[in-house]
Amino acid sequence: MSRTGTKLDAKKVNSELFTLTYGALVAQLIKDYENVEDVNKQLERMGYNIGIRLIEDFLARTGSGRCYDFRDTAEKIQSGFKIFLGITPSITNWSPAGDEFSLCFETNPLTEFVELPDNCSNLKYCNILTGVLRGACEMVQMEIACWFVQDQLKNDNVTELRVKFIKRLEDAIPAGED
Amino acid sequence: MVIYGVYIVSKSGGLIFNHDHNVPKIEVEKSFNFPLDIKLNYENKKVVVVFGQRDGINVGHVLTAVNGIAVTGRELEDGRDALEMLEQPENFPITLKFGRAKMTTNEKIFLASMFYPLFAIASQLSPEPRSSGIEVLEADTFRLYCFQTLTGIKFMIVAEPSQPGMEILLKRVYDLYADYALKNPFYALEMPIRCELFETNLQTLLETVEKSGISNV
Repeated sequence: MSRTGTKLDAKKVNSELFTLTYGALVAQLIKDYENVEDVNKQLERMGYNIGIRLIEDFLARTGSGRCYDFRDTAEKIQSGFKIFLGITPSITNWSPAGDEFSLCFETNPLTEFVELPDNCSNLKYCNILTGVLRGACEMVQMEIACWFVQDQLKNDNVTELRVKFIKRLEDAIPAGED
Repeated sequence: MVIYGVYIVSKSGGLIFNHDHNVPKIEVEKSFNFPLDIKLNYENKKVVVVFGQRDGINVGHVLTAVNGIAVTGRELEDGRDALEMLEQPENFPITLKFGRAKMTTNEKIFLASMFYPLFAIASQLSPEPRSSGIEVLEADTFRLYCFQTLTGIKFMIVAEPSQPGMEILLKRVYDLYADYALKNPFYALEMPIRCELFETNLQTLLETVEKSGISNV
């Protein structure tokens, strides 16, 4: 989703095109790897590489500051979904320690026309998202873990993405930032 | 209203992009009689004016040509030594061209990595905790504006002291970086930015700002 000129006006992209492109990617990976676990891993890795770049776009667009609380982070991740995918997942299921939360997707543009065949029951179709979140957070010196606990493609009511804070990457914090 | 240049320094302190925008070219050519009334010296592989400033030839300027023949180091293109030539009366009258020394890419890389620790020191020297590093560095002929992103990349602009709105411009440059460098699949993070689209868009942005001010971008 690039922009015209230097205005912060996102060029709208048809979400169906995006959905189908992602579908083509996953289908190709399944062909290439044959093993569903490997596909999950590859998706995560690709997502990571996207995330470490996408974070700059997010920061440049929103001008948001550093998070000093994981609740800030949750809200910023939520707004990131709004910017890049046009959806607003709800933030739920906070752990008592406040270091773990869930993002619940009622709708998900990635899975719009998708149903999983029987031989892919272990496939985490949207696993690219976990990589994106991990990569993006790592660039702002936060180590997180991220995984799917519910998936609409597997007949759950909602798609639930669990995000867990692991640690701050103190060494990586740039000088003059903390 | 002049912007002199834009620099981007990576997280690890290396110069990954520089763009000389509008550096005024200073060159003076003049013919001289024997003996030469300007004191020249050979330093840092250049023939430099050390004393006797006049007619637009300033101390610190570098000898760039003798009788129209370019000088590199202390040698003319045809192999003669420039300083030896100037000691021999039979070579006079002689035409000498002086100009401001251009920074080489190596010098730019060196200076950019020098700024990196200065920035860090500034934040440590600060009497207040959690201070940022250097955001503006001011001198009588220029101002250097620096913006560090949360991911640690530094964007710098060197501009005339009177040029307003540079902080906003830095954010615009960050936008361009996020769009045209990072979304380029052939650009590897932390590596020098060689993306034509980034360069042309940056050029356009700088020209717009110089012509019609920051409010139009």
